[in-house]
Amino acid sequence: MKWGVVRFPGSLDDGDALWALRDVLGQEAFPLWHKDETLGGAECVVLPGGFSYGDYLRCGAIARFSPIMKSVARFAADGGLVLGICNGFQILCEAHLLPGALTRNRSLAFICDFVNLRVENAATPFTRAARAGAVLRMPIKHGEGCYVAPEDELRQLEERGQILLRYIDENGEATDAANPNGSMRSIAGVANERFNVFGLMPHPEHAVEATLGGIAGRKIFESIAGVAR
Amino acid sequence: MSAAPIALPGEPRVDLAAARAHGLSDAEFAAIERLLGRTPTFTELGVFSVMWSEHCSYKSSRKHLKTLPREGASVVGGPGENAGAIDVGDGWVAVFKIESHNHPSYVEPYQGAATGVGGILRDIFTMGARPIASMDSLKFGALDHPRTRYLVNGVVGGIGGYGNCVGVPTVAGEVMFDPGYNGNILVNAFALGLARREDLQSARAHGVGNPVLYVGSATGRDGIHGASLLASAEFDAASEAKRPTVQVGDPFTEKLLIEACLEAIKTGAIAAIQDMGAAGLTSSSSEMAGRGGLGVELDLERVPLREANLTPYEILLSESQERMLIVAEQGREAELAAVFERWDLHAVVIGKITGDGRWRARFKGDVVADIPVAAISDDAPVYDRPAAPPSAPGAATIPRPAAPAIRPAPAAALRALIASPNVASRRWVFRQYDSLVLSNTVAGPGGDAAVLRIKGSRRGLALKVDSNPRACAIDPYLGAIATVCEAARNVACVGARPAAITNCLNYGNPERPEIMWQFVRGVAGLRDAALAFATPVISGNVSFYNETEGRAIPPTPTIAMVGTFADVSLNVKHYFSFPGDAILIVRTAAPALAASEYADLFGVASGQLAPIDLARERRLIDGLVECAQRRLVRSAHDVSEGGMAVALAEACCNPTAPFGAAIDPDATDGDVAALFGEGASSVILSAPAENVEVLREVFAPLEVREIGRVSAAPRLVIGRDIDEDVAALQRLYEDALPGRLGRHD
Repeated sequence: MKWGVVRFPGSLDDGDALWALRDVLGQEAFPLWHKDETLGGAECVVLPGGFSYGDYLRCGAIARFSPIMKSVARFAADGGLVLGICNGFQILCEAHLLPGALTRNRSLAFICDFVNLRVENAATPFTRAARAGAVLRMPIKHGEGCYVAPEDELRQLEERGQILLRYIDENGEATDAANPNGSMRSIAGVANERFNVFGLMPHPEHAVEATLGGIAGRKIFESIAGVAR
Repeated sequence: MSAAPIALPGEPRVDLAAARAHGLSDAEFAAIERLLGRTPTFTELGVFSVMWSEHCSYKSSRKHLKTLPREGASVVGGPGENAGAIDVGDGWVAVFKIESHNHPSYVEPYQGAATGVGGILRDIFTMGARPIASMDSLKFGALDHPRTRYLVNGVVGGIGGYGNCVGVPTVAGEVMFDPGYNGNILVNAFALGLARREDLQSARAHGVGNPVLYVGSATGRDGIHGASLLASAEFDAASEAKRPTVQVGDPFTEKLLIEACLEAIKTGAIAAIQDMGAAGLTSSSSEMAGRGGLGVELDLERVPLREANLTPYEILLSESQERMLIVAEQGREAELAAVFERWDLHAVVIGKITGDGRWRARFKGDVVADIPVAAISDDAPVYDRPAAPPSAPGAATIPRPAAPAIRPAPAAALRALIASPNVASRRWVFRQYDSLVLSNTVAGPGGDAAVLRIKGSRRGLALKVDSNPRACAIDPYLGAIATVCEAARNVACVGARPAAITNCLNYGNPERPEIMWQFVRGVAGLRDAALAFATPVISGNVSFYNETEGRAIPPTPTIAMVGTFADVSLNVKHYFSFPGDAILIVRTAAPALAASEYADLFGVASGQLAPIDLARERRLIDGLVECAQRRLVRSAHDVSEGGMAVALAEACCNPTAPFGAAIDPDATDGDVAALFGEGASSVILSAPAENVEVLREVFAPLEVREIGRVSAAPRLVIGRDIDEDVAALQRLYEDALPGRLGRHD
């Protein structure tokens, strides 16, 4: 599968995503420049973590107006696969490619830590390599990862199975204590209605090597890579 | 030679009073007039005041710093560059440095700490190295001091705000609370970068006629006189008014600058490059020209400005952040400018290198400064300040209220120690830092030292920053040695071979003989220990004038040690991982309570420090490295604050699931010093029982004492003294700082 990783000014985990895809998982992956309007033949576009344009206004608020985002929106509308990680998730929400919004962590502090996630829907292009209910351990590192949406929107997300990942504790429960940032309904990752756009706050690209934080993140990339086959 | 520079309309008069207001002594002003053969213009006075400030000139420390060992088989590049570098194998060099940002962080904690991180990162990538790791050594006042919480939140927020946004992981650090820093906190920021050896850059200008390129952020009025009036003077009641001398950081622009500079370096069109740090445009231009024995001419009206009507004085002295100065190879400036424009950064030719050895600045056609380059670089004054021991230890420093003398039972002492501000888990702090970005972090904060892999190679690095102001307050020489020993031990515990040091020497006012004595003794200790470990001091920084109202901080030499792994997969954890393993302790001397957390907490009068045998310290380090290379141990943990009992408790806290330890009664036998003493260098090892005999050979002639066994049941049992639930100790350990500083969950 061909992966394009968008590089906005201020993207930080773009190199890590390329490293995970190319060097660890042996995929064909290449950087995409924010000023370009083509996607280089990518079959999955990754919007990486970071602080695009410094995120001085609101996370992702400037990046969504980047030239490349027009192409990403068209690509998504045509059914192309888009994965937004952390800042990428924030950008997808700002661009209305995903429902809801990400606000400041309820502690008001940046949090870098490992969290446990439960796969809520394994019948999607982003999670099909995992089984439903599987627990994935991955790091989060963000200051604005508190997922919010109107109540009826949340209800629809639940009904349609768009909530793909939830924060859980070591006993598998989505408790308040296990919710690192105050996200509504412990939501860590959501897909759009067509299940071709997925955003998550945790970093699967930082969980692909046993010596560096485990390999649970591979499930996400393997799910996507499996789609092409 | 050109005509004497002109005074600009409306400029203040230059006389002795103006010189004093700029922090220059009468003798220094006379020397300036002698060097120039005339009275300086107001602009020139400003230039001299920053370049001859303690912060930029090292005038009180230079004589002593020359005694530090700088050479070593692995050292790359000559002295005088922006940071030191060592060869770490497979064609890679590690570039690293630590620097203080103490006064700005006390006056404006968030921006002070943030720009401390930004500044040290620029010192690294200006050498052509990609920054891959940061660390910080932080010293705050007592946790119950009214200003401490505000300062902690600001400093930690600033380090995270800048480091997280610039994309460089913060992988280790240290935090201490002590009343000695109530009026003068310390923020020492470290950064390390990696470069291919052939890509290392120089800050030595060459090529008469080569254009001088200004890149990065525009220049504003922030940070004027940061180096001279803020960093090179004591605090007093008026210090709050110095807030405008603190710069404001923009990590987003720094990130762009890192990428653009590293890309620009690849073009080969750069002759020399230096960041505009302290004293901004003035120091970067004069130092690059000075190192090359050349001159430089600047056209100040070409400098990109944030606001109109900056005077030449302000343009030259601004410490606006995220700016670099580049000497380009002639004819290739457009190629460089294109790289910076791609990253939406300014890149403007503002001058050229000349052959006449003059540092000349023009503004709207007029020469406003014309100074021999050597006068502001090489000919800055050097002082041999008098040094004399104080009448009594501690007489020069901030008085420390003694805790009431109590003697708790050992179990109660352990519970109190593990929750004390200087022992408790630092998770509250490091959880606010991205320690993972760049995908190199094998072991992040919380262990003895951070471990990083080098991608595409089996090699790796270990990093740790340490200081021991309590020991330095008792004996500044032995305290400095103990600090280096601890840093080396931390790096060796994770299995790396200590390779080189960078240091940040924080002291009071060097014009006072007792402070100068502390400094001289500290440098001597650093020198002796660095020689013993064959770890050259490849870079560093001196921070004087850490005083408030005439009382100094405890002498605080901060040591960052970098170690190397030939095979990073052999790194060792600090926690137990296998029930039944033998628990061993290796010591270089008998433990003592002097300068310990126990003594501080329970009011034990601190005695003298025991002498340190550096040959035995070296043996310990070599033994630890061999243990890792031969896979002889399953864990290794340095005994530090809180002594052996706390170290054992920490070793029980395996992050997957806690283990226990059963320690023989004769290992401590109710001896408080054995349980909680810190004086000697000690490490706790765990290893399969069949390896114990080999370990004795590895560490000989040091004694390897088998003191107990790792147990599956999570209880820490130390003889008849202590029998505690590890999970309960862990809760005390983890909850102490959040309980005091505010919860984040």
